[in-house]
Amino acid sequence: MAEALAPRFRMRGIRKAFGATVALDGVDLEVAPGEVCALVGQNGAGKSTLMGILAGALTPDAGQMELDGVPYRPRRPLEARRAGVQMIYQELSLAPHLSVAENVVLGMEPARGGLLRWREARQRAAPALGQLGHPEIAPEAPVSTLSVAGQQLVEIARAVAVGCRVLVLDEPTSSLAQDDARRLFELIARLKAQGHAIVYISHFLEEVKQVADRFVVLRDGRNAGAGRAAEASPREIVALMVGSAVGEVYPRSARRRGDPVLELEGLVLGSAPLTLHRGEVVGIAGLLGAGRTHLLRSVFGLEPVRAGRVRVKASEGFTSPARRWRQGVGFLSEDRKDEGLAQGLSIADNVTLSRLEGLGPRPLVLPGPQEAATARLIERIAIRCRGPRQPVRELSGGNQQKVALARLLHHDVDVLLLDEPTRGIDVASKAQIYALVDSLVADAGDGRPPRAVLLVSSYFPELLGLCDRIAVMCRRRLGAARPASELDEHRLILEAAGTAGAA
Amino acid sequence: MLARVGPLLGLVIVSVLFGALVGPQFFSPANLELIARQTAIVGTAALGMTLVIAAAGIDLSVGSVISLSTVVIALGLRHPLSPAGAAAAGIGAAALCGLVTGLLVTGLRVVPFIVTLGMMLLVRGAAKGLADERRIEAPVTWLNDLLRSHALGGGLLLPSGIWILIATALVVAGVLRYTRFGRHVLAIGSNERTARLCGVRVEASKIAIYTISAALAGLAGVMQFAKLSVGDPTVAVGLELDVIAAVIIGGGSLLGGRGTVFGTLVGAVLMTVIQIGCSQRGFPNWVQQIVTGGVIVAAVALDRWRQGSPSA
Repeated sequence: MAEALAPRFRMRGIRKAFGATVALDGVDLEVAPGEVCALVGQNGAGKSTLMGILAGALTPDAGQMELDGVPYRPRRPLEARRAGVQMIYQELSLAPHLSVAENVVLGMEPARGGLLRWREARQRAAPALGQLGHPEIAPEAPVSTLSVAGQQLVEIARAVAVGCRVLVLDEPTSSLAQDDARRLFELIARLKAQGHAIVYISHFLEEVKQVADRFVVLRDGRNAGAGRAAEASPREIVALMVGSAVGEVYPRSARRRGDPVLELEGLVLGSAPLTLHRGEVVGIAGLLGAGRTHLLRSVFGLEPVRAGRVRVKASEGFTSPARRWRQGVGFLSEDRKDEGLAQGLSIADNVTLSRLEGLGPRPLVLPGPQEAATARLIERIAIRCRGPRQPVRELSGGNQQKVALARLLHHDVDVLLLDEPTRGIDVASKAQIYALVDSLVADAGDGRPPRAVLLVSSYFPELLGLCDRIAVMCRRRLGAARPASELDEHRLILEAAGTAGAA
Repeated sequence: MLARVGPLLGLVIVSVLFGALVGPQFFSPANLELIARQTAIVGTAALGMTLVIAAAGIDLSVGSVISLSTVVIALGLRHPLSPAGAAAAGIGAAALCGLVTGLLVTGLRVVPFIVTLGMMLLVRGAAKGLADERRIEAPVTWLNDLLRSHALGGGLLLPSGIWILIATALVVAGVLRYTRFGRHVLAIGSNERTARLCGVRVEASKIAIYTISAALAGLAGVMQFAKLSVGDPTVAVGLELDVIAAVIIGGGSLLGGRGTVFGTLVGAVLMTVIQIGCSQRGFPNWVQQIVTGGVIVAAVALDRWRQGSPSA
């Protein structure tokens, strides 16, 4: 039925490059009214960029867009919204102190002469909320009292109230319980019946089968395939996502597994225990929101450990970042900009912050030794900068990441907890970080015992290339770690999406 | 480099301006000493505020803490404590206020602006209650000479209170720049999450910062007492704003991560120069207030502009 109708929107030959990186290279996408189209692909395949262009947040370098047959070229997100293209992002954008109804009409409050007309506002919000099929959500309740699922529904109601023609849902179920997800699917079915064109982005391939009429696969910024959701198996979709990409070269020195240095047990009910040894890289694979970052942060003492045990070098006890550093455990945050680095401080201050001892006669910290120690690291891992006193803010992403890593080297930790160490950085820096990780776990033969690395990454080829063992985390549960040689990308994608048994 | 020189340049320009308006006697040793003496109280309290602001905090209770300190000193002298003992009691009482502030800021997770706004009233009330809402007369001791001029033939060149300020400033500057604690203060101010991630004990550091800052306000109270020679629970109302202004003119940022002791002292002196210059030129008080206000805004605006320009 969908094919019979003229498409609601059509994107043709969309191209977009960021500097030297081509994010989209001639992508086509069209969705008909009353159709749900799933957009799938690995992280970095170009889904977000494509949707950013549709939503007016980015402008394409080339290509045409049409909305109901009329050329469509939003220059700003507001223009896209006015044209009826509504995005529901993973991070919800509601005003928590305002009521449900106020949020629904936010930005288009009916007013006369600057005075708000409350009755009209409520009247306008009511049908949109009524459509949700959730009578328990009271229009006057403050949004902050609702669950995540409830807030998401309010956001969808807002999109509907504004009059949406195209609705884009970005990973809507990643933070929902199963029951809430099922009710969301019902809502999507109703919206579809009303003739909305819906783009559904998800990593959970079973959901795709359940919700979508069609799927479109992106890979490396190109269309990699498409089909009817009901007729394709998860395995076939994964094959399209992975393709036969040329493997990057991952360095691999001789490694010898040594003593256990980190043991995790029962942090989440139903999780397998994990032991990390010197001389190995263990990877944790999973989707965004699977709980990998939370796991790493609890191990490091940045989040409370509610259950289970964390043992570092055979000692238990309270966890705090200060204690972990003393035990020789270092953590690299995925949020380089807001947590990993103090942007206003110099490279030297950032690198040495966790260990200022020994940079001058006690109790002093002298600039001379501090800069000398930093300069050695700048040279060792090739940080491009003017010198140790340059503010971190002025460096490129890749060089900032190296500064964050240099902190772990300055501290000379035994255990490195790395959360997305190569996210958003250039290819050259990536290769340097791979080489560094490999050299840290390698058997150097100089008497210094090799370190241990626990690596979280959403880029599976990287995990397969760097790790000795990999554990998959899905919906907050950590699976058993298995040798990387027994795994491949298909396997990881299926397991991360919780589809291991199927297909 | 320019960040260091900026406030100093401002001070030179304003001084030259008033030198031209008032005449060469503006730069006479006696007048310079007057400027130093007038700066002592704000300058001493601003040393502590530099730490607080560098750590992205704020302390609005400084004026109240100074008045409490003068009351405690006067009561101590009547008790009778030795002058040194009374001064120590004043500083100790102040430090206790800072400890409470620090505990509240970290324990309740309430922003320092609100906590210290409350402490401002709380401590002022405590000072008034302690003094029974009166000025406390105290016997004359050497404490009263701290800010007395030596121009008429003392051996010290400057009043001893000024030397105390200079010595304290050197210590605080050294702590901020060359110790682990000082680096932690700046790291907390620049990005608290990064500091936490790097194992900095953020809460303990903040408690220490507020306690040290309040102790320095207590020392400013000693100087206030020297000037008044009585314990006065109504003195130094609103002084915290002068103290904060000195830090800001000196290059501190309310967003944290920046601030130097040298800059703060320059800022404090700059405000005194405007004050004394205006009164010696015969400008009414309102002119002085307008000029000071203009300088504060201009200093911050210039600093922003400098930060924004790529060459800076």
